[in-house]
Amino acid sequence: MLRTRTTLAASAVAVLLTAAACAPQPESPAGAAGSAGPTCTTGSPGLHKSGQLTVATDSPAYAPWFDSNTPSNGKGFESAVAYAVAGKLGFGRDQVKWVVEPFAHSYAPGAKNFDFDINQISITPQRAKAVDFSTSYYTADQAILTLDNSGFAKATSLAELKDARIGVQVATTSFQAVRDQLKPSRQPSVFNTTNDEVNALKNGQIDAIVTDLPTVFYLAGSELDNAKIVGQFGYAGGTPEQFGLLLPKGSGYTPCVNQALSALKADGTLAKLTSQWLSASANVPELKP
Amino acid sequence: MKTAARHQPATPPNDTYRPSEREQERERFRRSRKRRHTWIAALCTLLCLGVMAAAAVASPGWERVRRLFLDGAEFRDAFPELLRAFWLNIQMFLIAEVLILVLGLLIALVRVTRAPGLAPLRLAATVYVDVFRGVPTLLLVFLVGFGLPALRLQGTPSQPWVLGVIALVLSYSAYVGEVLRAGLNSVHPAQRNAARALGLGERQTLRHVVLPQAVRNVLPPLLNDFIALQKDTALVAVLGPLEALRAAQIKADYDFNYTPYLGAALLFIAVTIPLTRFADRLQRRAARRTWAETGR
Repeated sequence: MLRTRTTLAASAVAVLLTAAACAPQPESPAGAAGSAGPTCTTGSPGLHKSGQLTVATDSPAYAPWFDSNTPSNGKGFESAVAYAVAGKLGFGRDQVKWVVEPFAHSYAPGAKNFDFDINQISITPQRAKAVDFSTSYYTADQAILTLDNSGFAKATSLAELKDARIGVQVATTSFQAVRDQLKPSRQPSVFNTTNDEVNALKNGQIDAIVTDLPTVFYLAGSELDNAKIVGQFGYAGGTPEQFGLLLPKGSGYTPCVNQALSALKADGTLAKLTSQWLSASANVPELKP
Repeated sequence: MKTAARHQPATPPNDTYRPSEREQERERFRRSRKRRHTWIAALCTLLCLGVMAAAAVASPGWERVRRLFLDGAEFRDAFPELLRAFWLNIQMFLIAEVLILVLGLLIALVRVTRAPGLAPLRLAATVYVDVFRGVPTLLLVFLVGFGLPALRLQGTPSQPWVLGVIALVLSYSAYVGEVLRAGLNSVHPAQRNAARALGLGERQTLRHVVLPQAVRNVLPPLLNDFIALQKDTALVAVLGPLEALRAAQIKADYDFNYTPYLGAALLFIAVTIPLTRFADRLQRRAARRTWAETGR
């Protein structure tokens, strides 16, 4: 019996130790959103680090959203938007700190190490259950890219692309768009990065890439020299796809970011940045089902 | 493959034999002790689980964790898709397993040869094992998946899942080859000599005497490698095919909810746990057989 008792004691100690190790952390003040209206200063209590705006994006960060994987250079649409938002909130350029946040980790529960994440994240009601979204800063359409020697380069409707082998990037709404709108006869191939998609297209493993229009423009212009933009199509039956800034759920800073964004829309800065970094999509044919 | 010989008692059972009073008492005592131990073990396990569950539920973040990881509606929504995708994992695993066994055995046989004329083959096999065991599997999947088609050779497969299977076979054949080589070396040379003395040829000796014992000795590590292979089929996802983990990732990233990952994990576990238990049982049986021959 002695041995049993020792074992029992040992396991009790182990359980106690585990419990002690997992003692609840004190709640951070950021969790409690101030209901007395937002105080949007560079020292707001809702900030991750006072006196500094911490902005996150994934790595690699691709053009045209960012430039040469360096978000801090202010080049590329999303980098420029982030600095514009920071400016409206009263932060200087040197008070903006960039951190890397893998997309799959951005919606994890628990404390976040950023104030907002800017990473071409589409706003959906389902997603809004897990995180806070700002109002949208860009409305994207899906577009289809193929090689000009491909049999699908001349397609004028989505139905003609039914038998194409489509490639999409993981975690994008493009996958859903392809399934709901294009309804291809074959399972779309899913890739980790834009680079992998382009490689598969060059290797002839897929016939076409489906992703948002600005990315398609960039790929056709800089990454591939024999690419053909087949056309664009709206996603999900009329509701436009909108990109928003991602903030931790219940962040006290969401209203501040929204104020900054609406100010940028009002004074035309956002429109200017859009035309500066993202090509106009007027001459891309609209593909109907 | 022949399993263990049927146990036949050395002497016919004696009908008049009955265990003595003392032996029966010993038997009773053993039984009651076993019962008590089982109860204590079960109670302790339940207690531990209860304490851990209570600690999890009592933690301040539990509500959010439950919503993000254990969402019933999300699970029901994702599961059919996951199941469909998991079928691809099973196919890749089964095809790869057969090829790996063949290739691994070839490598092992080459590596245990002694003939001086076969030195270049031996060297090639050794280099193969060193290289393919040393390269991370994911890297190999990338190299084969994006590199082979880029060569533009006639007759290279372009199906991504086929390329993925090729990469897995290259990687795991090196592991399995080493396991089988250990098995071949574990058979005592006297066995081979005895077989030769009985007039069996070189090939017959290998087939009927050496290989059965070799494989039996290394079954547990062999099954280990296959369980690892089963999980590594998820790596092929980087080439594009939609397998279970990828399907879970897509659903999770689309809805910002981690529950689909849990579903995928359950699917993998549902296959690997029976395999693991089976490996354990084989190991116990092999151990019992070994001790039975010496421990009396």
